[in-house]
Amino acid sequence: MIELLRDLIFDYTLRNVALGSALLGIVSGALGTFAVLRRQGLLGDALAHAALPGICLAFMITGEKTPILLMLGAAVTGWLGTLTLMYIIRHTALDEDAALGIVLSVFFGFGIVLLTLLQRSGNANQAGLDKYLFGQAATLVAENVTTMAILGTLALSVVIILYKEFKLITFDPSFAASIGFGASWVSVLLTFLIVIAIVIGLQTVGVVLMAAMLIGPAAAARQWTNRLDHMIMLSAAFGALSGVGGALVSISESGLPTGPMIILVLTLFVILSFTFGSARGLFWEWLHNRNRTLTPPPEVV
Amino acid sequence: MTNTNDQPPVSIKDLTVAYREKPVLWDVDLTIPAGKLVAIIGPNGAGKSTLIKAVLGIIPSAAGTIEIFGKSYAENRRFVGYVPQRTSADWDFPTNALDVVMMGTYGALGWVRRPGKAQHELAMECLVKVGMEEYAHRQISQLSGGQQQRVFLARALAQKAELYFMDEPFVGVDALTEKAIVTLLQELRNQGRTVICVHHDLDSAPDYFDWVALLNVRLIAAGEFKEAFTLENLKTTYGGVMNASLAHFQKIGLPQ
Repeated sequence: MIELLRDLIFDYTLRNVALGSALLGIVSGALGTFAVLRRQGLLGDALAHAALPGICLAFMITGEKTPILLMLGAAVTGWLGTLTLMYIIRHTALDEDAALGIVLSVFFGFGIVLLTLLQRSGNANQAGLDKYLFGQAATLVAENVTTMAILGTLALSVVIILYKEFKLITFDPSFAASIGFGASWVSVLLTFLIVIAIVIGLQTVGVVLMAAMLIGPAAAARQWTNRLDHMIMLSAAFGALSGVGGALVSISESGLPTGPMIILVLTLFVILSFTFGSARGLFWEWLHNRNRTLTPPPEVV
Repeated sequence: MTNTNDQPPVSIKDLTVAYREKPVLWDVDLTIPAGKLVAIIGPNGAGKSTLIKAVLGIIPSAAGTIEIFGKSYAENRRFVGYVPQRTSADWDFPTNALDVVMMGTYGALGWVRRPGKAQHELAMECLVKVGMEEYAHRQISQLSGGQQQRVFLARALAQKAELYFMDEPFVGVDALTEKAIVTLLQELRNQGRTVICVHHDLDSAPDYFDWVALLNVRLIAAGEFKEAFTLENLKTTYGGVMNASLAHFQKIGLPQ
């Protein structure tokens, strides 16, 4: 234990991994709160899958694996996927679930094709791109962590500044519009921040499982509190703990992909929260129902 | 009254609103006088909510002009309060009643500024006015439909408006809450404010309101109840689908 703590501080790789996965957990936890409350969890899933072709394209164009360029590519196709999704919902008879299915599979399929082409191209530099599928924390270097820190700080600052406005458009969009906060750019900005949260986590968690990092921490946090600000902080904490926990397990046990490990740790938090959460835990409800005694209501005369 | 001058609270000219190709409101002209309690009445799909939402800029209008106290809504929005349909909000949202009422102060606060002690006190006062002070810290999902509606009303009071739009404030509330809401609306009217409600119940309308606008995509009639709320106008408004209600009115005679 002490040794692990010492390594976390002094070991270069371990420190970057821990910092990076904590950062991604905090950002996706905080923004995931809004994604979940706005019922946009599955949008996050489509978005994360749609990021894969962007990562490949960014590499094909630049020939480099600079994190900020790959993130930019991911954000561009992720955003494109979102727009396609919105368009299908608005202009066709298809429902949201069908539209999500189409966007997710088409973009992801295209991404896999590009990835396969890259692997066959004989370009030695492409090695490691496939890690974006399930994530690999061990590949996090200082440069990645810096990029994540800058983007994450920006995203969280916007949430802090526009907290009141984001809260209102999430709770009651009609009222928000009536007092002038409902302008579509507010909603677009919030969705854009969710895109940033996803993009930050892709390298560590992978495109396949990233949506869970958006939904899981927020769903767990909701079980403990009835206040939005507390929910955001708690969700960020759950995200950070799962991120660090999963990443450390994955790099200490040789070769386990990081994404699935993080999600397993997160699942533990989710199960505990749904069972024992103080605001709406199932265990308390069960206990309460078991011990209840019914008193007859007063007679109406 | 705060500089809302002599202009009518609401003046709508040639308003047309459409969802895709289907017009929901067609060429509506409507001027509502100050200090009235106004009912907007019409069948389902008549565009009642749409009218309110178009005035408040929540949905775009295809044609026409809307003035609030003589200026555009964007310029005079600080004089306007709004109670949306209760179902438009997420009642599972992690917050309590007091916090929802405090949202009524957001408009006056403007962008970025957070509510403080003054807003907190105002919200509490408004909860007292609707008889909900005991529930201030109650999680909103644990409130009954009637209590949720009172919270929404308190939030509108916290907007300190001169003109109120309320979308079906009586839907899903019990008789006692309905009475309490009506009393409150009449109080607002007696203070010289204008209150405009989308209303469904033809029976109670003449008792609760002073002024009526009958709407079915087009504006059929508008004015004081005894002038506009005639059998003729109701038949035009409700067309062939006129129901038991009209027969009822024919039996008891229209309110004088």
